[in-house]
Amino acid sequence: MSFMTNLVDTVIILFILTNFMLLGSSSLRRCIRVIALQGILLGILAILMENGTPTIHLILLSAAIICLKGIIFPFLLIRTLRDLNVQHEVEPFVGYGTSLVLSPLVLVVCIWLGSQLSLPMGVTSSLVAPVAFFTITCGLFLIVSRKKALTQVLGYLVLENGIYVFGASIATIQPVLVELGILLDAFVAVFVMGIAIYHINREFEHTDVDRLNRLKG
Amino acid sequence: MHIEKIINPLLSLVLAPLLFGIINRTKALFAGRTGQPLLQSYYDLWKLFRKGAVYSKTTSWVFRLGPIVGLSVVIAATALVPSGGLPAIIAFDGDVILFAYLFGLMRFFTVLTALDTGSSFEGMGASREVMFSALTEPAFLVGLAAISKQTHSLSLTGMLAVADTALWSHIGPVQLLVAFSVFIVFLAENSRMPVDDPNTHLELTMIHEVMVLDNSGADLGFITYAAAIKMWLLSTVLVGILVPHNGNAWIDISTAVAAVFILAVLVGVVESSMARLKLLHVPQILLIANALSILALILVLR
Repeated sequence: MSFMTNLVDTVIILFILTNFMLLGSSSLRRCIRVIALQGILLGILAILMENGTPTIHLILLSAAIICLKGIIFPFLLIRTLRDLNVQHEVEPFVGYGTSLVLSPLVLVVCIWLGSQLSLPMGVTSSLVAPVAFFTITCGLFLIVSRKKALTQVLGYLVLENGIYVFGASIATIQPVLVELGILLDAFVAVFVMGIAIYHINREFEHTDVDRLNRLKG
Repeated sequence: MHIEKIINPLLSLVLAPLLFGIINRTKALFAGRTGQPLLQSYYDLWKLFRKGAVYSKTTSWVFRLGPIVGLSVVIAATALVPSGGLPAIIAFDGDVILFAYLFGLMRFFTVLTALDTGSSFEGMGASREVMFSALTEPAFLVGLAAISKQTHSLSLTGMLAVADTALWSHIGPVQLLVAFSVFIVFLAENSRMPVDDPNTHLELTMIHEVMVLDNSGADLGFITYAAAIKMWLLSTVLVGILVPHNGNAWIDISTAVAAVFILAVLVGVVESSMARLKLLHVPQILLIANALSILALILVLR
């Protein structure tokens, strides 16, 4: 096992740990910080994926990822959080303990799934695809199991990060334009959702998603 | 039988109470106090051993048996733990499980002793202790299972005595995960800060302390001494997972002992910088330890 693979593995394991933290934490502020950390790890991962010296477009890409996902998204989210009158996700549909117990099991399924796939390229680490699936699942889980609208935005971001990990494993053959396009989409989404949540909060004085169902009439 | 195998058990029997002194000194340093002497726990033990015990009329022979069983069980456990490259006195396949359940036996008797007093207060402590240990046990065993799989050994001697630099470059992340998980288990098992406050005498917050409220004299001495040895042994396991060794026996032993002391300082730092968790949140941190252990096992098995 080479030093490089070990490094990639370490970053990926940290990534798994951030997912655990997201599932087990009730404080929205901490969740946002964890997502910032995830963004930074994602940027590092993008550079490490390349065998040998990273190309200039890879460095730019990773800088863009770290800037957007590590700094700007969290900043926007924290600003939204400040306007809301919620600090904690209370009474989620699935409790934190249960989520924490379930998540390693889901990871096992993801690793099995990853072993069934034959990826076209030589991937640096065999953990990349499973962790991509795992992160996507965690994102979806956050969206369905939590009540606050902001947590759903966070879930969406985690979902997007998962897709990104998968993309990063084949980043060398992916055009940089596509990557930047995805980043821009995510940026706009977070921006718009931040504003939407702000307005929902001002209109109804809460952001509980299950209660928003009544609006359908 | 090699004579040097006796060094580790002797070290743990002699130096164990010093750990409490180091933790207390670290906490005192953080609080800006001078703190008690480093050897205070030895003085305390000496004082307790000379005293007579008082037994309540509601207690039976179980109450008198508990502390003795506790102490003898941990002394037996010292024979199973290797340290600093030296093998344990007794090593066989599966001694990990014996090691874990010797502590289980000790806990069982502590709980029985607590229940035997007939005090509902001690029963409450016993129930908490059992509940938390139900969560620490899987974390500990699953974590050690990961290490065991990686080192292809089922015995503590094979698992802990082999942490060298080559192993580190191979499974560094797994070792770190297991070490972190075992550290949480270590704090919970030794009733240290984020789980239990060893200083408090508040009814609603105590776990371990409450179970031994009725013990006195030499019995209390046995319990304190057993707790110290238990702490020493668990730190030795943690150190054995993390610290590599180079083959020179003297250097390895002194590194291991120094690492145990550093761990004690770390516990002091954790206790000074963290508040006790709410009882409701304790299972959550233990679940985190479980998740880390399971993750380590998954990484090893994949």
